[in-house]
Amino acid sequence: MIDLSLNTDLARKILTDFIRSEIGRAGFSRAVLGLSGGIDSALSCALAVEALGAENVLAIRMPYKTSSPDSLAHAQLLIDQLGVRSLTIPITEMADALIAHDPDMSNVRKGNIMARCRMIVLYDQSESFHGLVVGTGNKTEILLGYTTLYGDSACALNPLGDLYKTQVRQLARAMQIPAPIIEKAPSADLWANQTDEGELGFTYEDVDRLLYLLVDQRYSPEECIEAGFAPDFVQTVINRIRRFQFKRMLPPIAKVSNRTVGYDFLYLRDWGM
Amino acid sequence: MKLNLALAQINTVLGDTQANLEKHLAYIQEAKRQGADLLVFPELSLTGYALQDLASTLAHHPTDDDPLFRPLLESSRDLDLVVGFVDVDQRRRFFIASAYLSQGQVLHVHHKVYLPTYGLFDEGRFFAWGDSIRAFDTRFGRVGMLICEDFWHASAPYLLWLDGADLLLFTSASPGRGLQGEKMGSAVWVEQINRSYAGLFTAFVAHTNRVGWEDGLHFWGGATIYDPDGELVAHGPYHEEGLTVALLDLNQIHRTRARLPILRDERTHLVQKELNRILTHDRPFS
Repeated sequence: MIDLSLNTDLARKILTDFIRSEIGRAGFSRAVLGLSGGIDSALSCALAVEALGAENVLAIRMPYKTSSPDSLAHAQLLIDQLGVRSLTIPITEMADALIAHDPDMSNVRKGNIMARCRMIVLYDQSESFHGLVVGTGNKTEILLGYTTLYGDSACALNPLGDLYKTQVRQLARAMQIPAPIIEKAPSADLWANQTDEGELGFTYEDVDRLLYLLVDQRYSPEECIEAGFAPDFVQTVINRIRRFQFKRMLPPIAKVSNRTVGYDFLYLRDWGM
Repeated sequence: MKLNLALAQINTVLGDTQANLEKHLAYIQEAKRQGADLLVFPELSLTGYALQDLASTLAHHPTDDDPLFRPLLESSRDLDLVVGFVDVDQRRRFFIASAYLSQGQVLHVHHKVYLPTYGLFDEGRFFAWGDSIRAFDTRFGRVGMLICEDFWHASAPYLLWLDGADLLLFTSASPGRGLQGEKMGSAVWVEQINRSYAGLFTAFVAHTNRVGWEDGLHFWGGATIYDPDGELVAHGPYHEEGLTVALLDLNQIHRTRARLPILRDERTHLVQKELNRILTHDRPFS
């Protein structure tokens, strides 16, 4: 059975508790996050505000010159609704300084540069605001590798990383995220008219149902096909999951000593905190 | 006979036994103030749960000359205690352990027998498997202790029941999983089997579980006590620290077993005969 329903009251309590606990035990009381105008960062921001208080959350809009004006406006809607601290730091100059070296570069390269410029801004503000960077990536995009390594995936903690996109929508509705943010087509907004679903070639509704069977329920590919998913679709998604495993891991260290970080030097991050 | 039973569901600092000891002593004071006779702490309450390479550095002996246990043994003169810790034997094997302390003495130490080493769990990598399941006598009658995965194996509480335990004390560090229903999926399952054991064994079954976070794992609390009829006597809060205190009428065992003589009718020799057959003549699990 495919059941992507979410007890939103419980999710809200647990995720705010996570943000408060993990930021607090690291000796911080504040959070920094990028606000794109999309649903993931809006929900992360709302959870951070509920966990830490609006005065302790810095939401940063980081438009590039080609970013949709709607993105800025939607981010502002949320800033106004939550009363959160905010900054607008355009990344056009810093991104273009690099892009100028190779003006013919592909959209993917430009998009990666933008994502990494935003990471630099967030980590700089993290130091200045004394807050940890709260990530905004969801389970669907993590599994599909639909992120920029050391770009939008870079963060200190990730409250939404075990919620599928369709579950993010449920929680966003429960937390009264403004309707235009929930209803618009998801987009990385790295170039004009880009949409996630256009780029991926399938809808979040469909892929979340398939991922739920493959990952959560441990269905074999054959069982997914028997359950009604098209063979090509199943194969495409499995290929993506496998191909992007590296984005979900720290880089491998070549083991040459008797005790090596990651292999046999094993401690949780919360050790002693 | 009455037993005022207290269940602590606490957060811990991973690897900081001194900080965790201080929290134990604070809860002991509060339980004492509320007139508790016995206070139970969760699995690995003195160390934290996901110890990994910390396991071998945090072992303690439950003896008077141990700095961690000395104040606990002293406190046990006022009320009985169950605490969770890392034990180590003479041959330097490390165990996930629960100690029952009473009147300044250690009445029993249970070593976790079933170490989950699958999915998100990795206990068997760092700890040795306990090799006994025994009930023991206390001033409240005969008691059995199990730790988390132990009670997912029906044979463990069954053995304690046959060994005379009428009060089963279960402790956990259970990570929350499943956000679809009214409460955490893991809470639903744990409560279901605790209640089942209470009814099947016509015994008191108390369970307490950690709260707080260790990296991305969170522990859901939700201490429970079920009586020999399988009825819920007390329930602690979910996801928050708390002390749940309930006065148990141990004579309920008499009344329930007068009505429902499941223990009397248990055919242990038949069980032994069939187990012998299964384990010697057939291949188990085939």
